[in-house]
Amino acid sequence: MTSSLAAITMPKWGLTMTEGKVVRWSKEQGAEFAPGDELLEIETSKITNVVEAETSGTLARIVAPEGSTLPIGALLAVVAPADAPAAEIDAFVSGFVVVEPSSEDTTEQAAAMETRELDIAGKRLRYLEVGSPAGVPMVFLHGFGADLNSWMFNQPALAEDRRTIAFDLPGHGGSTKEVGAGDLASLVAVVETAVTTLGIERMHLTGHSMGGALAATLAARRPERVATLTLIAPAGFGPEISVSFIEGFVRAARRKDTGDVLHMLVHDPSLVSRTMVEDVLRYKRLDGVTAALETIARAWFPGGRQGVSIIADVTALDLPVQVIWGRDDRIIPAQHADAVAARVQVHVLDHTGHLPHMEKAGEVNRLMRQIAGRT
Amino acid sequence: MTVKTIRQALQEALVHEMRRDPRVIVIGEDVSGGAGTEGGRDAAGGVLGVTKGLIKEFGESRVIDTPITESAIMGAAAGAAVTGLRPVAELMFSDFLGVCFDQIFNQTAKFRYMFGGKARTPLVIRTMIGAGRSAAAQHSQSPYHIFTSVPGLKVAVPSNAYDAKGLLIQAIRDDDPVIFCEHKLMYDLRTEVPDEAYTIPFGEANVVRDGDDVTIVALARMVHYVSEAADKLAAEGIECEIIDPRTTSPLDEDTILDSVERTGRLVVVDEATPRCGMATDIAALVADKAFAALEAPVRRVTAPHTPVPFAPSLEKLYIPDPDRIAAAVREVYGYAP
Repeated sequence: MTSSLAAITMPKWGLTMTEGKVVRWSKEQGAEFAPGDELLEIETSKITNVVEAETSGTLARIVAPEGSTLPIGALLAVVAPADAPAAEIDAFVSGFVVVEPSSEDTTEQAAAMETRELDIAGKRLRYLEVGSPAGVPMVFLHGFGADLNSWMFNQPALAEDRRTIAFDLPGHGGSTKEVGAGDLASLVAVVETAVTTLGIERMHLTGHSMGGALAATLAARRPERVATLTLIAPAGFGPEISVSFIEGFVRAARRKDTGDVLHMLVHDPSLVSRTMVEDVLRYKRLDGVTAALETIARAWFPGGRQGVSIIADVTALDLPVQVIWGRDDRIIPAQHADAVAARVQVHVLDHTGHLPHMEKAGEVNRLMRQIAGRT
Repeated sequence: MTVKTIRQALQEALVHEMRRDPRVIVIGEDVSGGAGTEGGRDAAGGVLGVTKGLIKEFGESRVIDTPITESAIMGAAAGAAVTGLRPVAELMFSDFLGVCFDQIFNQTAKFRYMFGGKARTPLVIRTMIGAGRSAAAQHSQSPYHIFTSVPGLKVAVPSNAYDAKGLLIQAIRDDDPVIFCEHKLMYDLRTEVPDEAYTIPFGEANVVRDGDDVTIVALARMVHYVSEAADKLAAEGIECEIIDPRTTSPLDEDTILDSVERTGRLVVVDEATPRCGMATDIAALVADKAFAALEAPVRRVTAPHTPVPFAPSLEKLYIPDPDRIAAAVREVYGYAP
């Protein structure tokens, strides 16, 4: 009766992941778990992420020891009923084959994880589209200095039942480094043109930090096109912002400064990997990036304060809106959510910094699925 | 982003900078590549194909073929640099540096200091290093340590295509003379390289691999041999941290010292000869500034103090290989006083 046994395998998160390292098991062998329980932590190209249980069960056998590095799809553990005989589990482990995608699947998968480019008024805009065309798509807008890869733990999960699109905003990632005024109005205009070009009539819109202010502004301008709005640690809810982060990020040119600045983003700095630091450095070394970031920072955070307010826009919206914040956010204080708490759903997550969608990916994915599921 | 060879990365860097700045010129032996052949100029694009396409796009006033006379190439390039151009001169084999050493060592490197800081010499000298092709003692050396020992010169020694492009663009935009060393066996090595222009700052090492047991410092081709050795050693339970300084002048001392402070053990691998070389220099640096952190003697894995042999069997023994590197790491790791 091996049909009652199930495998936990190495997940694929993000564009470039080919293998992952098991950092720690949160459950011991033999322990029972419920949906949403943390099972183990895996080190990725950005931060260490948690694998959560999707169902309930018993962790009958841990196959991958802590510290081991394994390819995507490799067997990490076996889930079985508490009374499953050991011999049956042994047979399951020895009979387990890493699913080698057929060549057709590989092409399909590769295409599915390949970024594409739009031409917006002669300027390049890079995006990643994942998921089936069915349903109302979800659009992701990243924050200052980030790129579409910041949704690596969210986009694959949300793409299971809808089309998802993550953009690189102008000045960021693989998009043009010419940002014009770089202000709220000009960036919103680019996003609006981009979704129109992609034929998206209506969308679930998710934005983080600066991308949150963009998302809210777009929703206020085009409420008929936005089904739901998820704002993660958004800009525009209050004047405070960490000047040492903004200035430090713009200035950082070496590994150490960059690491120090990135550590401010998260509750637990030990989760930030060397690759995440290296990726930011590689982005920052590109011609035009420092100038683009300076322009955007001047337009958004003049004199070290937030110059944009979206409170009126958000409270006036007549559509489902949720705000997600990390209680330990050191970039924009979580208290800013109080400004809208009377009108919209606010979720403040414990032990979480400015990147809830990475630090608490499972929780944030659930909240995004929930709100999108309602419409 | 696409996967590119070191050859393509270097060519892209030259094209970016020549388009961006009309003062950038290329000068050297047969840099148009193919003059006098049936295919004509640009048929080859330099002896290595790195300068392919340049003569067509930028013309012969900016892509200058010279006679075989290194002292004239370097003299002309130094003069052009000090009077306002930004030349990229090619010294085909670094072994030929002797012929033009006055121009590099006593002119180019000294202008800024001889003229009260008023003279700038934004000159890049691209040159080939490395053994492994049975090219014998006069075409196989890696004398970056000689350039490194000259104050006033900067020296880049890339190990991959990403670094090669970023370091060459940085070299061209730098106002000081830069010796840019390309390993002759590595032109076809591939890695992901952005299509856009970017710069890698000089004096910032790359940490190729994290590890807590032994620090290994290596340059150019040796970085790849060290990575091979580290894979084997990891299977034995020894975790190596690999540091590629990328530039030997300036040298990123902090990254090396920080790593040794943590691991307490250092192996330096160098394809060049050991006397007064980079391995010796880095060993001295660590003995000087991180002595208290050391838990074992520093080991150097280098070529022997002898000219590069012509016989392939001897040349193979001459170049440090993954087995020798792994043996040195094991020795340092297992050291008991």
